[in-house]
Amino acid sequence: MTITLTHFLILSGIIFSIGLYGVLAKRNVVSILMSIEMMFNAVNITLVAFSRYLPVPTSDSAAQGLNGQVFALFIIAVAAAEAAVALAIILAVYRGRRTVSVEDVNLMKW
Amino acid sequence: MTTESWTTLAFFVIAFFLVVGALGVVLLPRIVHSALALVFFFFMTSGVFILLQAEFIAATQVIIYVGAITVLFLFAIMLTNRSYAADSNPPNSQWMAAVLVAVVTFGILLATFLNGIVPVSTAATPGGVGDITRTLGELLMGPFLLPFEAAGVLLLAAMIGAIVIARET
Repeated sequence: MTITLTHFLILSGIIFSIGLYGVLAKRNVVSILMSIEMMFNAVNITLVAFSRYLPVPTSDSAAQGLNGQVFALFIIAVAAAEAAVALAIILAVYRGRRTVSVEDVNLMKW
Repeated sequence: MTTESWTTLAFFVIAFFLVVGALGVVLLPRIVHSALALVFFFFMTSGVFILLQAEFIAATQVIIYVGAITVLFLFAIMLTNRSYAADSNPPNSQWMAAVLVAVVTFGILLATFLNGIVPVSTAATPGGVGDITRTLGELLMGPFLLPFEAAGVLLLAAMIGAIVIARET
């Protein structure tokens, strides 16, 4: 049995769905952020798998099949920036309201 | 066993532990344990990248996610209270609806993966071996120079923003 592109895509879909459940179902905002990081990782697996199995034809044969890996690197950079800013916001909210539950932070609820 | 069957075995072992780690993150009742399951999950993701012959991405995954982002998460958990309590990571009252949404999303993704990508080969390309890190560097400094610089500016802005937001006023 050979591992094909579909195996990696289905694995990535499972991880993405678990992360989606975590984002929707958790109360603790740190836990929601961890689920978002899992979804980032699922997308990264998809991109690298596509670049391995479906490379973009280019004139440069060495660079063939690496565009997806470059995209994955950019996603890692954006995820790091997102995590830093989000955790700073969490600490600022915690300092003001003494809670990390998203259900208790309802200032903008009408 | 041939190389191919070893690869198949490695894929299923890594995939199993990857899903176990992901379920641990969303299901464990203590938030600290969730963070540790997240570390395990990041390591397994790195293994998937190794299987895909993306060793530079795998090393970056370990350095940035395991080394940096997990430490950020642990800091945030330790700086907020009740992190060791048994119910520090509870699901909310809508968790059954969340399960439904996740299952439906996975069904749509599965249908797309099985039916939507028909006209292309699923055999692995022979390329991608060789000096991947060097080629990645040349790509980043060549065709992807503008997004590379934009990512640098984004990281600087995020760093300043995080300091300003988290500062004691």
